[in-house]
Amino acid sequence: MINLAKAARKLSATSVSPPSYAGVMGRLEKLAVIIGFCVVWQLLAVAGILNPIITPPPTAVLKAFQELLANGALIQDVLASIRRVLLGFVAASIIGVALALICARVRLVSRLVMPLVETIRPISPIAWIPIAILWFGLGDRPAAFLIYIGAFFPIFTNAFLGFSSVELRYVRAAQVLGFGRVQFFTDVLLRSALPYLFAGLRVGLGVGWMCVVAAEMMGARNGLGYMIQMNRVVFEIPNILAGMITIGIIGFAVNEAMRTLEHRLLPWVGRS
Amino acid sequence: MGVEKSFSADGEPELAALLSLTFDVEGGEFYSVIGPSGCGKSTLLGILAGYLQATAGAVYVDEDQVRGPHPDRTVVFQDYALFPWMTVRRNIESALRARGVPRGAWDDIARQYLELVHLGEFMDRYPHQLSGGMKQRVAIARALAINPKIILMDEPFGSLDSQTRYLMQEEILSLWHESQKTIVLVTHAIDEAVFLSDKVLVMTSRPGRIKEIVPIPLERPRESGLRVSADFQAVVARIWHSLREEVRW
Repeated sequence: MINLAKAARKLSATSVSPPSYAGVMGRLEKLAVIIGFCVVWQLLAVAGILNPIITPPPTAVLKAFQELLANGALIQDVLASIRRVLLGFVAASIIGVALALICARVRLVSRLVMPLVETIRPISPIAWIPIAILWFGLGDRPAAFLIYIGAFFPIFTNAFLGFSSVELRYVRAAQVLGFGRVQFFTDVLLRSALPYLFAGLRVGLGVGWMCVVAAEMMGARNGLGYMIQMNRVVFEIPNILAGMITIGIIGFAVNEAMRTLEHRLLPWVGRS
Repeated sequence: MGVEKSFSADGEPELAALLSLTFDVEGGEFYSVIGPSGCGKSTLLGILAGYLQATAGAVYVDEDQVRGPHPDRTVVFQDYALFPWMTVRRNIESALRARGVPRGAWDDIARQYLELVHLGEFMDRYPHQLSGGMKQRVAIARALAINPKIILMDEPFGSLDSQTRYLMQEEILSLWHESQKTIVLVTHAIDEAVFLSDKVLVMTSRPGRIKEIVPIPLERPRESGLRVSADFQAVVARIWHSLREEVRW
């Protein structure tokens, strides 16, 4: 009888569901962690442990936010950065997906392109800055190019994977149903590649966004990256932090938005 | 209707999967192929369907040689092979489109065959929202909707639990009676083969050959009660005895 009670308690303990990071509780938990972090940060600053110049307290950062929003500078910079990233991202999407499709369907092209891609991929976008300036001058165009470099590789790689890995069972099904080449392409190949394409686009956009600071080092006159660098010169750290946090928030929000879009448009992914 | 005549189908010579099988299937027959695991029965089905090539020999349907996959010899697979990105309805309609059926007829035909398998209300659901048995019924509806000469089935009920399996067997029998199609079914379950078929081809273990072809003398229509009858059990026992010698551990 005692053993039964013990067993029952064990069972009920394990039957409590583990923290679900998708639900409301998950969101609240994440928020709580971030707020907790800020509170600790503030306390350390108030206690004088942190150098107020190098590591300003959250209150200073909030004040910087307030000012930047009030004089409209933040919005301007956000829009400018978004424009550049969008430019580079759209170019990377079109070229990346198209090239991946050709590579997946034409062996010769794949054998020519893949070694080049694999060699160029590890080169950090920042290393491209001198070339970008040489090729595109200063301002918006080299910036968009840098974003393109960042976004291209995840997009291309994922698209290539998607276009070359239609499951055999769907190929067979299409065969025994008499699908012609065109119908196979539209009804099977493209659709089965969609989850990969989405993943590639989402990651590509994320990487492209990460490159915005480097991208705006080449003669840009506005934008979040530009704003961060300008404030570095005058040691306005709270503004720098405000800029960084803004970059983080936008990147996060866009990623979440794309995930949600993916779930809406592709409800079958991840379920058998 | 369709008389299928096939002879000597082989696998790759280095790793012979099948050796010299020759058999005929009559039009409208329900024909099962049974054999131990790895005997090559799925390979055989692939050759009959046309998506696998025999190294020697040929398959004929109504005097025409099989050269590749074709919807006239459509296949129902063990894993259903429904396209997950299409609704149930679209899965059927895309098959109709491949067949050249005019667009205007799609809705009626899809509806008709889905109702036939009792899934009329699920037309706009996605496969991932259906159970295994339901998915297989959609796959069968799809196969029937394109009006093939022969329906090939590769262990179609292998992924289903035994209760669903028994129900599906009865359902496939009634669909067969109604549609009068020729069906060739590959299975590892003896009772299934005996319950459904006119003839059962017993294969040897790899490399697969014909061990024997057993005609099933049981009367039609076959009811579920048959499964426990002495006659049924006798045939099952006979085939099991034959198969037992081939099963190697």
